[in-house]
This record gives sequence, structure tokens and C-alpha cells, in this order.
Amino acid sequence: MSEEFKVEIVNPEKSFLVKDDVSEVVVPAFEGEMGILKDHISIISFLKPGIIKILSKSGDENYYVEDGIVEFKNNNLSILTSTIFNLADMDKSKQQDLLKQAEEEANKTDINDQSKYLADQKVEVLKTLN
Amino acid sequence: MASLDDLKKRIASVKSTQKITKAMKMVAAAKLRRAQESAEKGRPYSEKMNNVILNLSNGISDKENAPKLLSGTGQEKTHLCVVMTSDRGLCGGFNSNIIKKAKSYFVKILDEGKELKIITVGSKGNDQLKRVYGDKIIENISFKESKNANYFDADKVGKMAIEKFEAGEFDVCTIFYNQFKNVITQIPQAQQIIPLNNEGEENSSEESYEFEPDEDEILSNLLPKNISTQIFKAMLENSASEQGSRMSAMDNATRNAGEMVDKLTIEYNRSRQAAITKELIEIISGAESL
Repeated sequence: MSEEFKVEIVNPEKSFLVKDDVSEVVVPAFEGEMGILKDHISIISFLKPGIIKILSKSGDENYYVEDGIVEFKNNNLSILTSTIFNLADMDKSKQQDLLKQAEEEANKTDINDQSKYLADQKVEVLKTLN
Repeated sequence: MASLDDLKKRIASVKSTQKITKAMKMVAAAKLRRAQESAEKGRPYSEKMNNVILNLSNGISDKENAPKLLSGTGQEKTHLCVVMTSDRGLCGGFNSNIIKKAKSYFVKILDEGKELKIITVGSKGNDQLKRVYGDKIIENISFKESKNANYFDADKVGKMAIEKFEAGEFDVCTIFYNQFKNVITQIPQAQQIIPLNNEGEENSSEESYEFEPDEDEILSNLLPKNISTQIFKAMLENSASEQGSRMSAMDNATRNAGEMVDKLTIEYNRSRQAAITKELIEIISGAESL
């Protein structure tokens, strides 16, 4: 029996990625990183800024996301996100842009704790990429 | 009967109108393809989002304390209507259809003695509504600068609606838009987004989910997003409908102009011949009298 399952990433504009030979996906869930293998229990969770790692036969892929929802059911993993970038396509200047934006957001004083936390997360993740 | 010169001028003018409508039709057709594509691509996201929320709201244990965006404020006194129209005209019945649908809803609301607030998206809707419902319009948003419908704009509208909801400014929110069926058919839609109207709840799965963190927190995060998503979907459908509607309207206009040119040309030729005949008769009868 194969140990593979299907993953689908959609953003509001289009279906971003569909792969059906995935062996493991690591997502930055809100309460910590979460590795998902085949036959995981059905779960719904949401994402904080971080890196999605997709491990598959045809090669590993890494994506940077800022938010989103994951749903895993019957060996179908759906990831809904509004901001996603393939790390392979992301050059330094793009990273710097995002980092600058995130830092600006994190330095705002009039935001609530949760958005502050999320902005800090963004800064942290983007810094580790450089 | 109009003189030959007048007829000539009219033919030229109708022909140039035809050129314009033909060009507009071509442009609309090209835009339509793109808009239709993005409307179709955007569907999976809103469908998935709806599914997740459906599963979540079925799994929620404490229905009494569910977030207000899902269960409502418990009353239906103030209605907010978001009427989504285009920024440009010359697109057939596109805008009037939405307005007609919205107006009949407004009348119903006001007859029931409820309060009405309107947000118009797109300037054409505002133009048509402000005459009768001017005092009810609380906001007018227009995305003239953005070329295509994008999520960022939708999010702005969504956030505004949520802000107003949390401030207790309204109890029920409905959006009006045209659903794209095909090039000649667009169906005006009224969709209630706050509180969430779960249609077809029956086909939910038996399976239970694990939630991380708990349901309430996920729901309170997800529901605002869902509202933006629904608005975005409406915007995509709307832009596809607008182009479709414009295309068929301009197609009709081009055809009508063609018919008119034919008619005028026949009239022009007839009167030209009549004039020649008249001259000939004059010459012949002149020669005979000699």
C-alpha cells in the first residue's frame, strides 16, 4: 500500500497547486508545526506565518505562507490561503520587501496582541530565510 | 423626404457608431474570457471555505454561544444591503437587473417596518439608487483604479462590513450581484452573508474532526475570512457578467446599426433614382415641346 496522499493548495484567485504523490506535509499550524502523514485523523486547523514543506517523490517543495486554513479529510489535504509564495521563485528583493512590510506592521503600536504576534512571526520567519 | 445630402450624412454617422459598438464588443469579448477564467478559478476557494465552515458549524457543541457572525444577533431590525454594480455603462441590462432585484428587496424590508442601510459598490449602482434611497446609502465604494477584481479590494469591503456589524450597526447583511451563467444569461442574486445562511445542511458528513485550537477560535477566525471570500466571489461573478452583458448588448447594437445602414442605403438609392428620373422626364418633355 502506498504511503501517499493528495494535497491541494488554493488561494482566492486560483487553485495554486495540486499534487497527489505526497508523502509528508509539514505545516506551520497555529499551535506549532504539524507534520501530516497518510491516514492522519481528520483535522481542521489554521496557519500562522511560516513555511509549508511538501515532501514527495517528485521532489521537495517549500512555500512561504502568511495565513490560511488546513483541512485534512480522507487523505485529502486542503490548504486555503490568501498569501503564498514558492520559495524557489522568491528572490532576495522580494524577501526584503515582505520583511520590510512585516517589520512595519510589527512596529505599529495601535494593533492588538494577536496581530502583533502574527506580525512578529512573519518577521522571524522571513529573517531565517535570509 | 430627406434630401440626398442628409441621407448621406446619416449613413456615415450610423456607420461610425457601428464601428464603435463593434470595437466595444471585441474588447468585451477579450475581457470576458479573462474574467470568466478567473471566476472559474476562484470557485474552488469559496467552495472549500464553505465546506470547512459547514463542517465546523455542524461540529460545534455549544450553539448558544456560537459567534454572532454565524448565529446572528438574535434580531432582524436593521438590514444592510451591499449592492454590487459596475463602474461603466453600456452593458445592457446588467446594472438595471441588479438594481431591480435590490429595489424589490428594499421595498419589502421597508414595508415590514425595518431599518435599511445601503452600501453601493460601483458608481453605476450609486447613480441609480441615490435618487430614491439617497438617505439610506451610508457608503459608496468604487474600484475604478483596479483593473481586475482582486482579493485585496474584496477584503476591504468585507472588513468594513464586519466592523459595522461589531459596532452593532446592523443585524442582517445581504449582497446583491449578478451570477454569471453564460454570455446571454446573468442571474441577479441576493445572498445573505451575515448571519451565515447554511443551505443544504443535510449533506454534511458524519465524520468528526479534530480541531486545533478549539472550534470557537477557529470559527471566529474563519468567519470574517469567509465574508471577504464571498464578496470576492461576487466580484468575480459580477465582472464576468458585466463583460458578458456588454458583449451581447454591443452585438445587438452592431446588428441594429447594420440594419439601419441597409435601410438608409435603400432609401438613398431610391431618392437618387427618383431624382434622375425626374430630370430625364423634364429633359424629354422639354425636347418634345420644341
